Amino acid sequence: MSLIDVKDLERTFVVRRRNGRFARTRTEVRAVQDLTFQVGAGEMVGYIGPNGAGKSTTIKMLTGILVPTGGHLQVAGLEPSRRRTELARRIGVVFGQRTTLWWDLPLRDSFELLQKIYRIPPDRYRTNLEEYVELLSLGDLLDTPVRQLSLGQRMRGDIVAALLHDPEILYLDEPTIGLDVVSKGRLRDFLRTLNAERGTTLLLTTHDLQDIEALCRRVIVIDRGTAVFDGDLADLHRHGGSMRTLVVDLVDEAAPIVVAGAVIRRVEGPRQWLSFPTDASAAPLVAAVAATYDVADLSIQEPDIEDVIRELYSR
Amino acid sequence: MAEQLGGAVTDYRSIAAMWIRASLAYPVSFWVMTVGGGLTTALDFVGLWLMFHTIDSLGGFTLTEIGLLYGASGIGIGIADLLIGSVERIGAHVRMGTLDTMMVRPVRLLVQVCADQFQLRRVSRIVQALVVFAWAGWFVEWTPARVLVALEMVVAGSVIFFCLFVIFSCVQFWTADASEFANAFTYGGNTVTQYPLSVFPRELVKSLTFVLPLAFVNWYPCLYLLGRPDPFGLPQWLQFAAPVPAALLVVLSAVVWRAGVRHYTSTGS
Repeated sequence: MSLIDVKDLERTFVVRRRNGRFARTRTEVRAVQDLTFQVGAGEMVGYIGPNGAGKSTTIKMLTGILVPTGGHLQVAGLEPSRRRTELARRIGVVFGQRTTLWWDLPLRDSFELLQKIYRIPPDRYRTNLEEYVELLSLGDLLDTPVRQLSLGQRMRGDIVAALLHDPEILYLDEPTIGLDVVSKGRLRDFLRTLNAERGTTLLLTTHDLQDIEALCRRVIVIDRGTAVFDGDLADLHRHGGSMRTLVVDLVDEAAPIVVAGAVIRRVEGPRQWLSFPTDASAAPLVAAVAATYDVADLSIQEPDIEDVIRELYSR
Repeated sequence: MAEQLGGAVTDYRSIAAMWIRASLAYPVSFWVMTVGGGLTTALDFVGLWLMFHTIDSLGGFTLTEIGLLYGASGIGIGIADLLIGSVERIGAHVRMGTLDTMMVRPVRLLVQVCADQFQLRRVSRIVQALVVFAWAGWFVEWTPARVLVALEMVVAGSVIFFCLFVIFSCVQFWTADASEFANAFTYGGNTVTQYPLSVFPRELVKSLTFVLPLAFVNWYPCLYLLGRPDPFGLPQWLQFAAPVPAALLVVLSAVVWRAGVRHYTSTGS
């Protein structure tokens, strides 16, 4: 049986809006509807979609914070909203934009409190803490008050906090938001290791396509409350027909570049934009351009998730 | 059940201990607040004391008798405020989303909300009330039965204030911000009970007995401690009955709390 089982899940909100002095209109908004997917143990799944698509609503239902208005939902064999406290021992949640750590106290104190309230056996706690602190290089920071940590350090602290009790599932809501490139990379490496060595199931929502590319083989795209794509990342690109862009700065102005495997999109003085399919390698294209033209500089722009999804809908 | 309760108490203590340590991270601020708060509450009773320079009795009660009422009510609300006063911040948790982070932890939500921002300096209020109560108690002719009623009064009084805090704070699940509403009944209730109820009209005393049972926090038990007949001629058994409204309020606050949480989980805001 799958670890997360979602079937025809539905969540409606009633929005009351005042218009005029007494008149009120009552509208029902469907935040999630006909949502169906399963996640097996050990999977790493990217859960993506534009703002307001229903990502947070889904996570809230999966963690038991919000009661569904329809459909069927089971996580680790439990119905989340009815068995919320019990489920809490088996899942970890990281909210990217809000910390669960104690602001004025050293990181270590927050971890020790979690050991107490999750009733983590002392030796288990010690091995986990040692391992995670090592992998996320938090060793020197354990005695630093949380308020003095950088955003990236605090995020790593929050992730350790969510993992100390060995959860089977880890939900990450925008884990890399606001982090610099180095921190992002480190975090992704860690999550990959976690999944490979402990078999922890990961479900992450993100706006950063590179998070997904680095971590998830499987992507679920949600829009207007329902899953519009569920499958391989490579398929998503093919499905969405998204393109990468090669930006070429030539030494001098020139006629539009003609090269196999790419189409010219735009020319502006010596700068030209070429687009090519996302699943193709950029290397032969770069080589071909450099062989024929005098190139001053090159850069590649990845399609962002919003573009991919927009493409997905424009057809 | 007993095991669950024991677990809740352990969790409460762990979380409260964290907040005490957190407040000690700024030691100067902690002591200034504690001493300042202590002075404010200490001066509170001085007002009553000064008043008795011009009058001999209030509603037929002497200063020491009023001290007993004042101390008993202060101990009750002091204990409730120390242990669960933070429950009035429900609205803030809803607005800031911290309620969500509490909900994914394996600790009862009420325990987390009450232990959140535990403030040790609230002890000063209990100390002040205890001092006044001890001074006023000096003039009471203690018997074993009166000691028992006094103990019952402190426990039931705290429980009654506990429940009023919880019940009226739960309104914030619907309004997201109305902490003053709860204060009107809790701190306001405390102010009312600092005076002998004999100064109030009969109807008000009846509603403080049967509707909002604040009269059980100190009034009825103190009448027994002082060996005084009820000025309104209400039956004497009311003087021992404090555990009954306390128990009823526990049930009611559990119902209201559950309804509040259910409302939150079914609306998400």
